[in-house]
Amino acid sequence: MLNLKEISVRFGEKQVLDKCSLRLEKGERVALTGPSGCGKTTLARVALSLHNPDSGTVSCGFARIAAVFQEPRLLPWLTAAENVNLVLSDSARTVEEARAWLERLELGDSSTLYPSELSGGMQQRVSIARALAPGPELLVMDEPFKAMDEALRDRVLRVTADALGDAALLLITHNEREAYALGCRVLRYRDGCFV
Amino acid sequence: MNPALSKALRRLAVAVFWLMVWQLAAAAVGKELLLPGLEAVLKKLIALASTGAFWRTLARTILRVLTGILSAVVLGVLTGLLTHKSRLARELLSPVMTLLKSTPVASFIILALVWLGRDAVPVFIAGLMVLPVVWANTAAGLAGIDPQLLELASVYRFPRMKTFRRIVWPSVLPHLRAALRSALGLGWKAGIAAEVLTVPPYSIGKSIYEAKLYLETTELFAWTAAVVLLSFLIERVILRLVDGIGRKERAHAES
Repeated sequence: MLNLKEISVRFGEKQVLDKCSLRLEKGERVALTGPSGCGKTTLARVALSLHNPDSGTVSCGFARIAAVFQEPRLLPWLTAAENVNLVLSDSARTVEEARAWLERLELGDSSTLYPSELSGGMQQRVSIARALAPGPELLVMDEPFKAMDEALRDRVLRVTADALGDAALLLITHNEREAYALGCRVLRYRDGCFV
Repeated sequence: MNPALSKALRRLAVAVFWLMVWQLAAAAVGKELLLPGLEAVLKKLIALASTGAFWRTLARTILRVLTGILSAVVLGVLTGLLTHKSRLARELLSPVMTLLKSTPVASFIILALVWLGRDAVPVFIAGLMVLPVVWANTAAGLAGIDPQLLELASVYRFPRMKTFRRIVWPSVLPHLRAALRSALGLGWKAGIAAEVLTVPPYSIGKSIYEAKLYLETTELFAWTAAVVLLSFLIERVILRLVDGIGRKERAHAES
């Protein structure tokens, strides 16, 4: 279980989050929506322990956590398959498994290519494959589908929805259609929190 | 024409041009004591190379200089890590490194001769010249690590060793290679200079010193040619080794 309790974050004069609470149980899928800069990404970063809130508590009982950031964050010196394998055994034992994940995301022909040889959208799909591959208990996705055209996005959404199983999902999106396709409960920004 | 062959031919042509300039200058001067010709130097080099003492001298000098350089590389990487982690260490060590870079090497050689045995001085001096360069480049490499990749490692809970092997080391490697490229020549020259001033037994520096002492200009040129060739070969071998370790990392980090 992920439990964010009365989280407050201020950047300079701007109060981004104000005593915002969010609880995520196993298998629960939640999407946060709201205008740019309202604090969606900040709350996701707090959930991932990448940002310390000014006040409030974070407790996370999930052991395997994965994330898809707004940027693909691939290691430039590893191939697409090696980037996915990085979160598996990181050895030859699971290379085929990594390739299979790339195959599911329509990147079968690109598994030996380096990030610099892939388009932005392809890199983002590698990062989605990397997040899904280890079978996370908690998956945090921050606008993961934005670099894809509509048809491709629908197919990637289906793969993601199938792969999630009983993982908890925290999705940040501007597109509520993506949230519903992944079976998320949608929380909208209001007065420093998501309700 | 094959671009690699074309490049090699161009380099060869440049070398031949300068050797011809040297030969013409020697012919114009006409005194071997002032400027020996190419042929005389080559003959002397071959004569030296036919003695066991020549190879023993080369081996001992290489051992001294490489010991100094490799120790400095290890120490430079470790101090780079330390100053990256600790602000206090950075504040304490930064002026020391600046001092090492700006003090004339001759001052250190004289001081080291007072402090250390003559055999150890070239080792110490070669290391001293290399240390600040390796330290600065390691520190720059560490400072340049993409923080987003470190966040990724944190989210996926990479063990420390995996973070080092997969993210830190590949990020630092191109900087370390650049450091080695400039530091090898520096260490090599400083080490030989230290040998000239401390004249340890079986050393290129001692041979150069004695050639100067007895006005054996041809021998001085022959030893200098041996130093230049050795420096070139050692730089090639070491950079090839570093390339072997981090070829993939460098190629794609820079692309």
